[in-house]
Amino acid sequence: MLRFVVRRLLQLIPILLGLSVLLFAWLRALPGGPAQAALGERATPEAIARYNELFGLDQPIYVQYLRFLGRAVQLDFGNSTRTGRPVTEEFLERMPGTIELTLFAMVFAIGVGIPLGYLAARRHGSWIDSTSVIGSLLGVAIPVFFLAYLLRLVFAVELGWLPGSGRQEVRIDATRVTNFYVLDGVLTGEWDAAWDAFTHLVLPGIALGTIPLAIIVRITRASVLDVVNEDYVRTANAKGLATQTVRRRHILRNALLPVSTTIGLQTGLLLSGAVLTETVFAFGGVGSAIYDAIFGRDYALLQGFVLLLAIMYVLVNLLVDISYGLLDPRVRVS
Amino acid sequence: MTAIGDVKRRRIDELAARAGQVPEGEGGVSLTRSAFRRLRRDPVAIAGAVIVVVFLLVAAFAPWLAPRDPLAQTLLSEIRPGYIPGSREGFPLGVDNLGRDVLSRLIVGSRQSLLIGVVSTLLGAVVGMAIGVLAGALGGWVDSVVMRFVDILLSIPGLLMAISISVLLGQNQYSLVIAIAVTQVPVFARLLRGSMLSQRNSDYALAARALGVRRGRIVFGHVLPNSLSPVIVQATLSLATAIIEAAALSFLGLGDPDLGRPEWGAMLANAQQFLGVRPELAIYPALCIIVVALGFTLLGESLREALDPKFRR
Repeated sequence: MLRFVVRRLLQLIPILLGLSVLLFAWLRALPGGPAQAALGERATPEAIARYNELFGLDQPIYVQYLRFLGRAVQLDFGNSTRTGRPVTEEFLERMPGTIELTLFAMVFAIGVGIPLGYLAARRHGSWIDSTSVIGSLLGVAIPVFFLAYLLRLVFAVELGWLPGSGRQEVRIDATRVTNFYVLDGVLTGEWDAAWDAFTHLVLPGIALGTIPLAIIVRITRASVLDVVNEDYVRTANAKGLATQTVRRRHILRNALLPVSTTIGLQTGLLLSGAVLTETVFAFGGVGSAIYDAIFGRDYALLQGFVLLLAIMYVLVNLLVDISYGLLDPRVRVS
Repeated sequence: MTAIGDVKRRRIDELAARAGQVPEGEGGVSLTRSAFRRLRRDPVAIAGAVIVVVFLLVAAFAPWLAPRDPLAQTLLSEIRPGYIPGSREGFPLGVDNLGRDVLSRLIVGSRQSLLIGVVSTLLGAVVGMAIGVLAGALGGWVDSVVMRFVDILLSIPGLLMAISISVLLGQNQYSLVIAIAVTQVPVFARLLRGSMLSQRNSDYALAARALGVRRGRIVFGHVLPNSLSPVIVQATLSLATAIIEAAALSFLGLGDPDLGRPEWGAMLANAQQFLGVRPELAIYPALCIIVVALGFTLLGESLREALDPKFRR
């Protein structure tokens, strides 16, 4: 198992190198290049020339790349054009929010999705089945930001049940420990702060969780339907095992194998793809920062965030691969 | 050799491996014909096809179907801050914030939206397939090098990649198309390559080789046509994703800046500001996007079932 993990980790290297080349090239290819990106659109030609000299942008391209790589390894992606703060600092401050949101969305998607998919398969052909199939098709077809706006309009603006923007009420003076607001509240015993941060997760979390929910329902349903007809299930039934045991130990356990990988892949996507939802809810995580960066032409931040998110995405995928190896021993041998 | 993102890639490869397998007892009927026969009997496929055909017809005849000029700001004088007139005689779906007829804009906008979806998917599919054929037909080091590159692309989350490309190419409809197309390339490349690899060692390819048929002919005349079914399925499903993704990019302000060209994504994005005043303005284009995406998805899923030997009974 250890060799398997180490091998996978080593295979990360070419992918990360490739990513760094792509993003390095991206910043060079932008109109005005990195100097413009760092100094903003109103930079004078003299300032740009000085910047180029200062940061070695007049050097040969491979030297520049190696320097970029050297700094990237130390997680130094320069400073944000808008705030002037280091990109990595901004990222670390905002990522906890996105992680909290992703966790909420995935718990919602899994908690609703697996039971619903299982039920749909057990009652194959019933109204529950057809409703969940149609619902899951719709869930994938709805533009996420539209759903987010609808939820916000109905439950935050019209009904006022839940907060519709931000991560926490401004008036709450919460102590920051980890920047995971809910966790901070729990750690410091500020329960109202924790609860408030939690309620801020509900609407964006549901909006973000819809697509994974739809996919999990479909995969669970298809997978349970597949497994129910397997010989080992018939054998288990024939030898007189209790229905509950057959369902839990034989059907669910095998059916959830493909579901688990879906969950992993979707988690990776959500961590990186919360741009739309976070923007609608002005959530203040990584996603809304990307939106702000697009509008503010803050290319340094955009480049750093995309690279860091891609790294996270790759790492989550790596975890998925490893957990798949744990769950399904056959994979490890190949 | 295995690598990162293995599960994601294995999924694609599994789909690919199923290409062109002839089910038992159906050896005599051509794949296309038997698939088509199954499709015609499948209500889901028919529903999907009807939706798609209706929207394609609307797009094709948009200028004649639209009751008004989509750009004419007919009711502009009645619009006040916080008030947009609703539906009335002659304006069945009301007007937008600039007093333009929403129905006409939806009808004419179908052209742009479908065009962006179709062109970007085609572009992504063609480039991806070219890469896939290259890797699948040549094998060896070409395959390794090309696929390493594809894997890197596959490791960047789609929306982030599309955003980066749009920002790079500037804000116009071509960069929108290219951005979406690029996100599709690696999927098609990997899919076709896997599908060709599984076909390359099949009996008919062996037979053709034994008869002395040239490699180019085996690849393009035998292996490729038999490897296409997963690609066709993927293309249909990708159309839905492309249209939704185009809307998302529009929403992020990376869409077509030419406001004279009505487009669902832009209409939806624009209507968000007036959601409190007139939510219908957002709901109509959203419904169009949802229904079209649903149509392509239904069609794609039933195509998969029809072409996939696993589902043949």
